[in-house]
Amino acid sequence: MSAVLDHHDHAHDDHHGHAPTGWRRWVYATNHKDIGTMYLLFSFTMLIVGGALAMLIRAELFQPGLQFVNPELFNQLTTMHGLIMVFGAIMPGFVGFANWMVPLQIGAADMAFARMNNFSFWLLIPAGLMLAGSFFMPGGAPAAGWTLYAPLTLQMGPSMDMGIFALHILGASSIMGSINIIVTILNMRAPGMTLMKMPMFAWTWLITAYLLIAVMPVLAGAITMTLTDRHFGTSFFNPAGGGDPVMYQHIFWFFGHPEVYIMILPAFGIVSQIVPAFSRKKLFGYASMVYATSSIAILSFIVWAHHMFTTGMPVTGQLFFMYATMLIAVPTAVKIFNWIATMWQGSMTFETPMLFAVGFIFVFTMGGFTGLILAMAPIDIQLQDTYYVVAHFHYVLVAGSLYAMFAGYYYWVPKWTGVMYNETRGKIHFWWSLIAFNVTFFPMHFLGLAGMPRRYADYPMQFADFNVVASLGGFAFGLAQVYFFFFIVLPTMMGKGEKAPQNPWEGAEGLEWEIPSPAPFHTFETPPKLNAAATKVLG
Amino acid sequence: MMKRIRTKFFASLSSTLVWAGSALSTAAHAVGDLPGGPAVRQLNLHPAVTKIAAEQAWLHWFMLILCTVIFLAVFGVMFYSIWKHRKSVGHKAANFHESATVEIVWTIVPFIIVILMALPATKVIVAMKDTTNADLTIKATGMQWKWGYDYIKGEGEGIGFTSALDASHRELSNNGGPKAGVVMDDYLLKVDNPMVVPVDKKIRIITTANDVIHGFMVPSFGIKQDAIPGFVRDTWFRAEKIGDYHGQCVELCGKEHAYMPIHVKVVSAEDYSAWVSAEKKKLAAKADDPTKVWTVEEITLRGEKVYAANCAACHQANGKGVGPVKALDGATVVLDADKNKQITILLNGQNNGSMPAWKQLSDTEIAAVITFTKNNWSNKTGQVVQPADVTAARK
Repeated sequence: MSAVLDHHDHAHDDHHGHAPTGWRRWVYATNHKDIGTMYLLFSFTMLIVGGALAMLIRAELFQPGLQFVNPELFNQLTTMHGLIMVFGAIMPGFVGFANWMVPLQIGAADMAFARMNNFSFWLLIPAGLMLAGSFFMPGGAPAAGWTLYAPLTLQMGPSMDMGIFALHILGASSIMGSINIIVTILNMRAPGMTLMKMPMFAWTWLITAYLLIAVMPVLAGAITMTLTDRHFGTSFFNPAGGGDPVMYQHIFWFFGHPEVYIMILPAFGIVSQIVPAFSRKKLFGYASMVYATSSIAILSFIVWAHHMFTTGMPVTGQLFFMYATMLIAVPTAVKIFNWIATMWQGSMTFETPMLFAVGFIFVFTMGGFTGLILAMAPIDIQLQDTYYVVAHFHYVLVAGSLYAMFAGYYYWVPKWTGVMYNETRGKIHFWWSLIAFNVTFFPMHFLGLAGMPRRYADYPMQFADFNVVASLGGFAFGLAQVYFFFFIVLPTMMGKGEKAPQNPWEGAEGLEWEIPSPAPFHTFETPPKLNAAATKVLG
Repeated sequence: MMKRIRTKFFASLSSTLVWAGSALSTAAHAVGDLPGGPAVRQLNLHPAVTKIAAEQAWLHWFMLILCTVIFLAVFGVMFYSIWKHRKSVGHKAANFHESATVEIVWTIVPFIIVILMALPATKVIVAMKDTTNADLTIKATGMQWKWGYDYIKGEGEGIGFTSALDASHRELSNNGGPKAGVVMDDYLLKVDNPMVVPVDKKIRIITTANDVIHGFMVPSFGIKQDAIPGFVRDTWFRAEKIGDYHGQCVELCGKEHAYMPIHVKVVSAEDYSAWVSAEKKKLAAKADDPTKVWTVEEITLRGEKVYAANCAACHQANGKGVGPVKALDGATVVLDADKNKQITILLNGQNNGSMPAWKQLSDTEIAAVITFTKNNWSNKTGQVVQPADVTAARK
C-alpha cells in the first residue's frame, strides 16, 4: 500500500501531480475517478428523468379512460422512458462503474486513453439533452416505441431525427468507452494480474465491451437507414418503395439482443464481487463463471429473432430461435448455482450491498424463468407484446441491472467518498425498493396472460384492478429512489457519515481495498507488486 | 404541450383522488367478465376455444410448474444457507471454491431440462404453422386505425368490410373512461362490424397492412400475427365453440393503437350461410355504377356519409383538423380549381402516410367525399367530382 502512495507525495508536483480545481477539474477531466463520478451522476439524473416519465405513464394507467395525457403523448412517454432508461441510465451507469473500478481492480494508473475517456463522457451531455428535449419539438418526442420500428418511424415528426442523432452520439460514446476498457484491461494490468486472476467485474466488462463494439454499429446502421428513408428517398424499410419493415426488426434485434446482455453482464460482475465478500468465502467456480459469461455473450448473437416470433417466420426459423434462446438458460443457471454455492457454508452477513446482491439473484431469476417461458414460441404467441413481456424485462432490467448498480454503489461508495453510507437507511432503501418493485411488476404478469397489450393508453375495464396495484407500486418505487438520493447518496457525497476504513468489508478482497479510502486522486502510478493470487499489494 | 398536461393534470387530479378513495376501480365501476374477452382480475390465459390455444395453455402450465419447482428447490437451498451459514449464528466459512464434478453436473442437468421443455413445444409450433387446407380464407388488413376484413376464399367469397371501434367508446375514453356505476363489460372492445366465421371450420387469416405494422390477436384462439405493410403473413384457427371472441391490436401503430379492437363472431354453419346471403344482398344494394353521373346535391349527400365514416376522426366534423392534422376548411388543395390534386392525395396519401391513402374506397365514394369537402363549411367552389374522374385518375 505504501508503494502506491509514496510516489504521489513528492515526485510529480511540478507536472501532472495535483488535482485541477474548479470547473476545469470536470470539464477537462482525464482522471478515471472523476469521469466515473460524472458518468454515475449522469446516469442517476437520467434515471430520475426516465422515472418521471414512468410516473406519468402509471398515473395515466391508474384508471381506465384518459385522464392526464392524450394517446400521442402517451406513446411519446413510453418511447422516451425506454430510450432514456436503456441508453441514458443503465448503460452509462455501468460505464461509470467501469471507469471507477476497472483501473483500481487491475492495478492500473488510469484508463488507457484518458482524453478519449473525457470525450466519451462529454458526448453524453448533448445526447441526453437532445433525448429529454425532444418533448419540446414540434409534434413532440418520438412515439414509435424504443424499438423504433419502421414504417411507424417514417410518420414521426422532426424529433425523430433528433432522437436518431442522439442515439448516434450515444453509440459513438459507447464504442469509445468500450475501446478504452478493452485496451485498459488487456494492456494495463499490474504484473502478476493474469486474465484468469482478474476480478469478475473486470472480466464481465471486458466481454461486455466486445459486445458493445460488435453491435453498436449495427444499431447505428439501422437508425441511419431509417434516417435516409425519412429524408433522402431511400426505401430500406419503407414498403411503399419496396422496402422491408421486417428487415428493420432483424437488424434492430441483432443489436437489441446482445444489448440486453450488455446491460446485465456487468451486473453479474458486480454481484460476483459482492457475494464472496459477504460470504467470506472465495467465489465458487471462478473459471466456469468466466466461461459461462463468454457463452452467454456468444449465444446472444444467435437468438435475436425470438423478439419476432409473431412477425410470421417459417417453422424452421421459429424452432431454431426457440432452441438457441432456451440454451441461454444453461450458462445463466450455472451462474446462479455458482453464486449459491459461494454462499453455501459461508459465514454470511447482510449489509446493504449483500441484501441487494441476494435480492438481485432472487428477483432476477424470476425474470429469467419468465424469459424461459417466453422463449417457448407457442406460449410467446400468446404473450408477445402484452404486459407479460413488460413484466419480464423489468424483472431483469430493474431487479437485475438496477439492483446490481445499487449493490455496487453500497459496496464501493466507502472507497469513492471515504465515508460509510447509513446502514439503516440502506436497508430501508432495499426493502422499500424490493417490495414496491414486486407490487408494481408482479401483477403485470397477470395482465399479460389475460391479454392486455403493452403501449396502451387506455384499456378494458377488466384490467383495472391490477393496473391500480401496479400504479401504486410504481409511485412507491419512484419515491424510494428519491429517498435514496436525498438520504443516502447526498450525505455520502457531502462526506457526512462515519469515516470509512481502507477496507470496510471483512471478507472483501481485491486491489481496490489495498488503497486508502477515499481513493487518492492518483493510484497505482507505478505498477504494484502483487501476491500470487493477485489480490494484495506486497511491500 | 407541457401546459396542456398541466391543466389536464389538475383538472383530473381531483376526480382521480375520488376514485383512489374508492380503492379498487372495478369495485366502483361494477364491471363483469366479458365472455370470449378478458375477465375481471383474470390470472391466466383465456379459456381455450381452439386446439392450439389448449396446447398453449397446457404448455404454459407445464412450464409454470416446472419453473416453480426448480425455483423453490434452488432458492430453498439458498435460503437454507442464508439461515444456517450466517456469521451471526457463529458459522465459520468453509474453504472450497471449485468442484469439476458438481460444475459439470449442474451444466448438464439444466441442458437436459431445457431439451425436455423444447420437445412438446416443437410439436405445437409445427401444428400452428400449418395453414394448408383452409375452409375459409379471410384477409385482415390493419389500417390506422381499424381493421379491414376481406373474405377471399370459401363460402362468403367477395364479402368485405371494415371493422372499427364503436365511436362512443372512443369519445368516452377521451372523457376519462366509463363513469362510476356504469356497467361496460365491452369497453374499448365493441366494434361496428365483427368478423363472422363458421364454427368447427379451419379459418386461415392472411394479414397485411396499409400503413404501419399492426398486430392481429385473438387470445381465445391462441393466434397473434403481425400485419405488415407490403407483405402478407398468415395464421389459422378452428374455433370449437359458438360465441363472441375479442382481441386487440398488439403492435404499436400510432396514437390510436389502443382503439382498434378485434371481434370475431363464431356462428353455426346455418347462421353463417344466412349471414353470407344477407351480406351479399347488402353488397349488391351498395354497389354503385362508377359511370353514373351524379347531381351535386345527390353526391354531396353521399359524400357527407363517407366523410363521417372515414375522415371526421382526424379532420373533425367541422373540417378544421386538430393538432398536426390539416384543416380542410379553407385549404388551398380543396379550393384548387384542379380537382385532380385532391384526387391524387386521396388515392396515394401524403406526408409518408400521416394522411393515409384511401384507394380502398370506391370511385363513387372518393368522388363524393371530395365534392362534399369542396362544397361544405366555408368552401363554396361549386365543383363536382364525378366517379369517372377518379376512375381516370387511378390509371
